[in-house]
Amino acid sequence: MSASAVFVLDLKGKVLICRNYKGDVDMAEIDHFLPLLMTQEEEGLTCPIMSHGNVHFLWIKHTNLYLVATTNKNSNASLVYAFLYKVVEVFTEYFTELEEESIQDNFVVVYELLDELMDFGFPQTTDSKILQEYITQEGTKLEVAKTKVPTTVTNAVSWRSEGIKYKKNEVFIDVIESINLLVSGFTRRMLGLIHVNANGSVMSSDIVGTVKLKTMLSGMPELRLGLNDRALFALTGRDKGKTVTMEDVKFHQCVRLSRFESDRTISFIPPDGESELMSYRINTHVKPLIWIESVIEKFSHSRVEIMVKAKGQFKKQSVANNVEVRVPVPSDADSPKFKTSTGHAKYVPEKNLAVWTIKSFPGGKEFLMRASFGLPSVENDEMEGKPPITVNFEIPYFTVSGIQVRYMKIIEKSGYQALPWVRYITQSGDYQLRSNF
Amino acid sequence: MTDSKYFTTNKKGEIFELKAELNNEKKEKRKEAVKKVIAAMTVGKDVSSLFPDVVNCMQTDNLELKKLVYLYLMNYAKSQPDMAIMAVNSFVKDCEDPNPLIRALAVRTMGCIRVDKITEYLCEPLRKCLKDEDPYVRKTAAVCVAKLHDINAQMVEDQGFLDSLRDLIADSNPMVVANAVAALSEISESHPNSNLLDLNPQNINKLLTALNECTEWGQIFILDCLSNYNPKDEREAQSICERVTPRLSHANSAVVLSAVKVLMKFLELLPKELDYYNTLLKKLSPPLVTLLSGEPEVQYVALRNINLIVQKRPEILKQEIKVFFVKYNDPIYVKLEKLDIMIRLASQANIAQVLAELKEYATEVDVDFVRKAVRAIGRCAIKVEQSAERCVSTLLDLIQTKVNYVVQEAIVVIRDIFRKYPNKYESIIATLCENLDSLDEPDARAAMIWIGQVPRSAQTIHSLGGVLFQVQLTLLTAIVKLFLKKPSETQELVQQVLSLATQDSDNPDLRDRGYIYWRLLSTDPLICHIGSLASVYHKPPNAFVEGSHGIHRKHLPIQHGSIDTGESPVSAGPVVPIEQAQSVIPSQGDLLGDLLNLDLGPPVNVPQVSSMQMGAVDLLGGGLDSLLGGDLGGGVGGSPAVGQNFIPSSVPNTFAPSPTPAALSSGLNDLFELSTGMAISTGGYVTPKSVWLPAVKAKGLEISGTFSRRQGQMYMDMTFTNKALQHMTDFAIQFNKNSFGVIPTTPLPIHTPLMPSQSIEVSLPLNTIGPVMKMDPLNNLQVAVKNNIDVFYFSGLIPLNIFFVEDGKMERQVFLATWKDIPNENELQYQIKECHLNADTVSGKLQNDNIYTIAKRNVEGQDMLYQSLKLTNGIWILAELRIQPGNPNYTLSLKCRAPEVTQYVYQVYYSVLKN
Repeated sequence: MSASAVFVLDLKGKVLICRNYKGDVDMAEIDHFLPLLMTQEEEGLTCPIMSHGNVHFLWIKHTNLYLVATTNKNSNASLVYAFLYKVVEVFTEYFTELEEESIQDNFVVVYELLDELMDFGFPQTTDSKILQEYITQEGTKLEVAKTKVPTTVTNAVSWRSEGIKYKKNEVFIDVIESINLLVSGFTRRMLGLIHVNANGSVMSSDIVGTVKLKTMLSGMPELRLGLNDRALFALTGRDKGKTVTMEDVKFHQCVRLSRFESDRTISFIPPDGESELMSYRINTHVKPLIWIESVIEKFSHSRVEIMVKAKGQFKKQSVANNVEVRVPVPSDADSPKFKTSTGHAKYVPEKNLAVWTIKSFPGGKEFLMRASFGLPSVENDEMEGKPPITVNFEIPYFTVSGIQVRYMKIIEKSGYQALPWVRYITQSGDYQLRSNF
Repeated sequence: MTDSKYFTTNKKGEIFELKAELNNEKKEKRKEAVKKVIAAMTVGKDVSSLFPDVVNCMQTDNLELKKLVYLYLMNYAKSQPDMAIMAVNSFVKDCEDPNPLIRALAVRTMGCIRVDKITEYLCEPLRKCLKDEDPYVRKTAAVCVAKLHDINAQMVEDQGFLDSLRDLIADSNPMVVANAVAALSEISESHPNSNLLDLNPQNINKLLTALNECTEWGQIFILDCLSNYNPKDEREAQSICERVTPRLSHANSAVVLSAVKVLMKFLELLPKELDYYNTLLKKLSPPLVTLLSGEPEVQYVALRNINLIVQKRPEILKQEIKVFFVKYNDPIYVKLEKLDIMIRLASQANIAQVLAELKEYATEVDVDFVRKAVRAIGRCAIKVEQSAERCVSTLLDLIQTKVNYVVQEAIVVIRDIFRKYPNKYESIIATLCENLDSLDEPDARAAMIWIGQVPRSAQTIHSLGGVLFQVQLTLLTAIVKLFLKKPSETQELVQQVLSLATQDSDNPDLRDRGYIYWRLLSTDPLICHIGSLASVYHKPPNAFVEGSHGIHRKHLPIQHGSIDTGESPVSAGPVVPIEQAQSVIPSQGDLLGDLLNLDLGPPVNVPQVSSMQMGAVDLLGGGLDSLLGGDLGGGVGGSPAVGQNFIPSSVPNTFAPSPTPAALSSGLNDLFELSTGMAISTGGYVTPKSVWLPAVKAKGLEISGTFSRRQGQMYMDMTFTNKALQHMTDFAIQFNKNSFGVIPTTPLPIHTPLMPSQSIEVSLPLNTIGPVMKMDPLNNLQVAVKNNIDVFYFSGLIPLNIFFVEDGKMERQVFLATWKDIPNENELQYQIKECHLNADTVSGKLQNDNIYTIAKRNVEGQDMLYQSLKLTNGIWILAELRIQPGNPNYTLSLKCRAPEVTQYVYQVYYSVLKN
């Protein structure tokens, strides 16, 4: 059905640890993995699925490791990738960092986890909080009495254990919205020598929001989250205030999906501690929060001149923090000179970027940066890519979509009062403005 | 202190040292030693010689140590099978441990020890664990059954583990259900024809309930299993879809994709005019788009699947072309895939945007990507005629860049555009010629030469190209046709030709046609594999999975009958035999047929079967070709004398999947439910052979025969006599669809030539898994027999008693209830005259034919016999036989939900009692 075996390899292709789940693929097949990958890389055509004979390798890369699943069946590929990423998540929760050393330092636990995460190619319990209840790193301290299967493992509520206690019952809700933006660029050619680049129009923009929880609640609380969801309002017939149309919503395992499907109610028993409750996608066009106008003039064999104007197109009361405008420059550029109306700019040669940083950028304001670079008289023959200008920022206390938490109802049979806290933040996602270099 | 210390042992005498430590008196020391052993194993050292010492450490109450020892066992048991036996006791003991964690660990590990000798010892512990009180143990045991099946399938079946597994589908714990489903699905992969999972509406309901409660992985197992189910009608399909759609909101992308698979498949069953159909289509788009914000590998799988979905149902994503615009930081495999989807979604409405994007990509640095982008511009020109001019001018702009490979690719593409739209863009030739010198690739040069010839002899070249193209097109069509007829032999050929036509051909029309065929032949079945490797490779599983040839082909369901009648359709279940028709998809069969006949006209070899009314029409009217299969085995194979094109028997079924005769009563629907009889030995009444096919009608071949049931097996017993002057060879037989789905189990066992005036006795075993069609009379069977001379047709009546199964004895209580339950108008009375037997003899005689006497009553001097019998298709017939002393006329009352059959049952009574 899915994986026959799972391997963790270092960058040289050496097996650090592996687990054979089904025994229908020769474990030595893994030796073909790296050579295959190298060949693909040479051709510039890597692919997350490779095959050798009738063995298929499905792989992901994490830090200095390859995680590889082998199979010789028509396996469920999306399940395998979802599983491999889950393995990364679990290992990271256990060892803080998942890398070559942490595998070796913890090989006993790694084996135990691999045994518990998957059986005969079927993924089993992959919730790290629950796993930590019966697979602990302190192996030697393990008392026989303690090592019972938590009933949670097989419960319908497989993500929360019973008997959790807090003195103060609270839940923290973070609503985080990321803006993805793609703006086209165009080039004008002047005198055949100078290339002027400027930005064009918005090609696509969307918002990906997530609702994260930090739950510090006792017992088995029933929670209900109310958002200003347009579909919900339409359903209940109420019509006050601003609502938001969510294009697509994805929920944590704990949310009752059929309930949401029928009446848009988000009801759940939350996992303890931190978790991502939901994510959503919004298609509505919004004005780019930070608009960049750039003119990049390239005088061949002589210099590049860059002018970047950044404009905060959001409410005056809000402030964007840690704004970073990253402008690509030719790889053979030298002797940078900068002039900024605010913040400071620097040249990062290893990334071929000019990076302009503004710590605090109030809404409605406009700033300017000029840079110039020298170019060698003998031009670089190699074709260079045309990386886009990218922008990073975050704006606290604000959601660009206008989404709001209207209520969070918390009901537990012991009847305690619990406090929900809400925080909003908007940040840049994939925020790209195409340039033509 | 970390575990890494265990990796640093001094090389010299390492094994010896470890051996000593493993036998140390102190527990802690032993555990340390086992860790060192495992560490050595991890880095690939051979520590198998320590087997007995490690196994000695197995008896411990330290869970961690136990796990390590088990790990060692899994690794080395296979290389030390004799010593692995030592571990058996420990497993058996651990399976009884009070701690469920240890019981589960034991049952999980023992299934991983792939040593045949050991497995039999594991049956008892496994049996207990399957019934364990702890769900954690049960879910582990469920998986263990699949493991054991992999090692010794026979044993698993003999021990009844498959039944236990099936029972677990009704388990109260969702995780147990999910794992049982996973295990059964896995096992059924190697049992292509069995209905292991027994997917019936009750079980489906259980699965749908568990779907809401189990883990994300369990949901995937269940969804994948659901996608193999064929709902009986649109209502059932819709209700399943309604319960599956909430899964589209799951955070796990694999859950989403598996849900999409179920929905895409069941969409086939929903009529397009249904509101729900459109609602569902709309629901599919947002989750597919969201998959593109996942990890790059997840995006890749999603894109490959979207590519298939877009081909099948372009309407789902036609508004979403922007999400497929390439981002600078996308990995190359994502970029190339997005490009492909962009072209598929390109239309007049969005072509301006698409072209602007493609032009942007064509100035990137990645050569492969750039070339593909340039080619894409050409494909747009050919796909969207209105855009051709724009495409040409875009290509000219690109040629101005003077980037070598861009220029070359653009010139190749322009040639294609010239061919598609002759005499339109020739004015640009001069511009193209400027680049003559830079062309160093053969393709580009050839294209330029072609273009260069245009002004001088545009007409000639064009017509020549035209002729060639016609030939290619005809050839392509012919090969696709051949594939439909002989799928197994020509699959490779057809794949080759299609890839030539679509990738290597420079003729856009040919490519388009190739794509259409390819799509028709392959996309649809691939939809059944959404999320799997097949969907990523865009190949059917048997193209890359060894040993899966000929088994387990998936197909999209078929929308039954006409929607208006609303009758529940016939035989949606396991009988629809799509098996041999490879990946050809039924619902599009007509379309394909039309396409195939586009160029070649009259010889309609794809039968347009309509079996709506008269039984015989479909078979005999459809032409000889449709009757006999080329895949009948030895009888026909390779006979050069057969001048006809024989279509595999399954093709007609594929194209006309048992439509619903509107007149069918609900009783008859019962009739078509299949079930298999139990095999207990009896020998029933056999009518004497009669001549079915007289020699005068069959160019000298005479066939006489009868039907019988022996040891629970049905036979057609025949005598073939050659009354001609020449010898006869190459015999083959085929049945038309019939009321009971009777088909031969084997090819006709005549392997030697039949000499003149020679006779041969043949016993042809039959089963009832064939396609079903109501015949009139009900027991009529139409048969075609072929030999080297010709094809002959005859029909015979099957005495119904060969369908009386051995387990036809009904419980008394059930009998009473059923009798009451069947409406009185279904009761029919018959007289059997001049019969001089007493009640006991009657019972005895009838029992030989699987008519069972349940009770005998004496009412007012009359003997009343209450009897039951069951047909192979699961229909019960209840009988009351009244015998009055001194009266040779018996009265037979028959009650059945399908009263059509009673008259034939009466005939059986009559012939049994009168002979």
